Amino acid sequence: MALAKITSITGRAVCVPGNDIDTDRIIPARFMKCVTFDGLGEFLFHDVRKHADGSDKPHPLNEARFKGATILLSGANFGCGSSREHAPQAIQKYGFKAVVAENFAEIFFGNCTTLGIPCFEASREDIAKIAAAVEKDPKVEVVADVANQEIRFGGESVKAVVRASSRDALINGRWDAIGELLDGVGAMKSTAAKLPYLAA
Amino acid sequence: MTRFCYAHSLSLMPKSLFEKVWDAHAVRTLANGQTQLLIGTHLIHEVTSPQAFGMLRDLKLKVAMPHRTFATVDHIIPTDQLVEPYKDPLAQAMMDELRRSCAEFGITFFDRATGKQGIVHIVGPEQGITQPGTTIACGDSHTSTHGAFGAIAFGIGTTQIRDVLATQTIALGKLKVRRINVTGKLRPGVYAKDVILHIIRVLGVNGGTGFAYEYGGEVFDRMTMEERMTVCNMSIEGGARAGYVNPDETTFAYLKGRPYSPTGAAWDAAVARWKSFASDPGCRFDDVVNIAAADIAPTVTWGINPGQGIAITESIPDPAKTTAVDEKASIEEALAYMKLKPGAPIKGTKIDVAFIGSCTNGRLSDFQEVARFVKGRKVAKGVKAIAVPGSQIVALQCEKLGLDKILAEAGFEWRAAGCSMCLAMNPDKLIGDQLCASSSNRNFKGRQGSPTGRTLLMSPLMVAAAAVTGSVADAREVFAVN
Repeated sequence: MALAKITSITGRAVCVPGNDIDTDRIIPARFMKCVTFDGLGEFLFHDVRKHADGSDKPHPLNEARFKGATILLSGANFGCGSSREHAPQAIQKYGFKAVVAENFAEIFFGNCTTLGIPCFEASREDIAKIAAAVEKDPKVEVVADVANQEIRFGGESVKAVVRASSRDALINGRWDAIGELLDGVGAMKSTAAKLPYLAA
Repeated sequence: MTRFCYAHSLSLMPKSLFEKVWDAHAVRTLANGQTQLLIGTHLIHEVTSPQAFGMLRDLKLKVAMPHRTFATVDHIIPTDQLVEPYKDPLAQAMMDELRRSCAEFGITFFDRATGKQGIVHIVGPEQGITQPGTTIACGDSHTSTHGAFGAIAFGIGTTQIRDVLATQTIALGKLKVRRINVTGKLRPGVYAKDVILHIIRVLGVNGGTGFAYEYGGEVFDRMTMEERMTVCNMSIEGGARAGYVNPDETTFAYLKGRPYSPTGAAWDAAVARWKSFASDPGCRFDDVVNIAAADIAPTVTWGINPGQGIAITESIPDPAKTTAVDEKASIEEALAYMKLKPGAPIKGTKIDVAFIGSCTNGRLSDFQEVARFVKGRKVAKGVKAIAVPGSQIVALQCEKLGLDKILAEAGFEWRAAGCSMCLAMNPDKLIGDQLCASSSNRNFKGRQGSPTGRTLLMSPLMVAAAAVTGSVADAREVFAVN
């Protein structure tokens, strides 16, 4: 299973500000009544983007100038709450290829890596700098560099950490662990054989 | 001899339960430095697993250990309609998909017809599937519940469900361990729910990121298994992926005689083994936090995350009174959504709905405690009150004791088992900006099914007090708890 080596993402960015943005907000539970992940993109941040009658609320993702952005900027503890992979799936299917935040909730971070979405951790000040550049010129090219752990934009560069295990998996094309895990099934059986509760 | 001595000294090094369980289940180190971790017990439900089975079929993979995955249906199941097809065709489709996948891959399914269906985190312990010294994963963040038994239990995403199905393992980085001691004695009217809401309030909703929480101290030593489950359940609300309590006699007494518990000589061997997993005295923790039980009051949330809680006797925070920029912004955002007045007492806030249930507080003891105090009382006019047992077995236990009748006479609707209004994927939803006193675990914006619905988290007895008075109340006063 040859996976893409994700070393950097180049594109436009958009900032959805706020701390503790939970996975219920990213994708409300009622949109999880599905047996595939297809079509989740259109419901990304639904309840903060849409009124009950379907009309738009003021939200960065509803602004024409930010359409086509592939890098999502946000605040602290992004993706907290539910383990639903529907959240990163919705982010990915909407068109985002990387997320930059102050820090991430644990399960969300792991789910993103598994889908090949790099999660960059940057300081609040640096995220504000990128957001300001994007606000000034939404077309500014932003490079989220996994290998070098930095975000470059409009001649500037800020430090952005991608946790070591995730960075290794992304840049070496092993972010979907299934191949490696399957190789270890024999070893898994040896480990299981030592645990009485796993006897068939 | 050197090697022997080294190994010997290693074995003498005191270890936490987390390390022991981790080491016993670590298969190997992966190229990126993560561990390939054996997942001994895998639990699944209808919402997060269908896509995983789809991936399995696409990759033409089999389930590695079908006897170690257990399924139930909980999120979408209606609590007022027992007969299929469900009115909601999407819910029925999910139900059908789970049934089909379990049959195809040879997985045990606790379907409604078995009489063992319920919320996955209630079914596992009830069946004796949840055991000390094991690893448990489920595509649900409240899997931390099972840590109450001294298991390392955590939520995973759907792709990882595929990984567990195909390989009985996942790729995971080791967590740090924070010991949380709660010492002394809880005051009357203070429950396990208050303990965890207090812990989250103190440590924050992301204070536990990267950690497993080990809960200990006299308060936990005295707790029943159901109380320990309530606390461990909400570890994730504090950012901790897993939370656990060391196994003890309370744990073993709970497990004895359950359908999947060992019997005879195997039972004795299992208990001896389970005991050996408990954290060694003097083991190292990455962090230690001490909390005095006496400082914990009946706690109610006022905001839009579970860390935004106050004692029932306190007032709603006023953003004008804080100088911290972040805190100010988060209070303002929360109060704008909650439509609550800064500086006003939380007590007396009118409610529209009262919900008792969920994987946090939908067990027998929760309904027993509520029934004991609401007997002879009536739900206030204009309040919709629903009581949803966490499993068919909990429902049956309650009905045998007549608790359903007591609750119904008081004005609660007694429903069938499921997740219900905790996340409202079934027909039980808030309408508009209704305010709900809820025994569940999350007060996120829109959590209970209406994009403008509002949730106040509290213990089941506090929900009952709100239900009978029509507004947020101190259960200790309403029910003369002392």
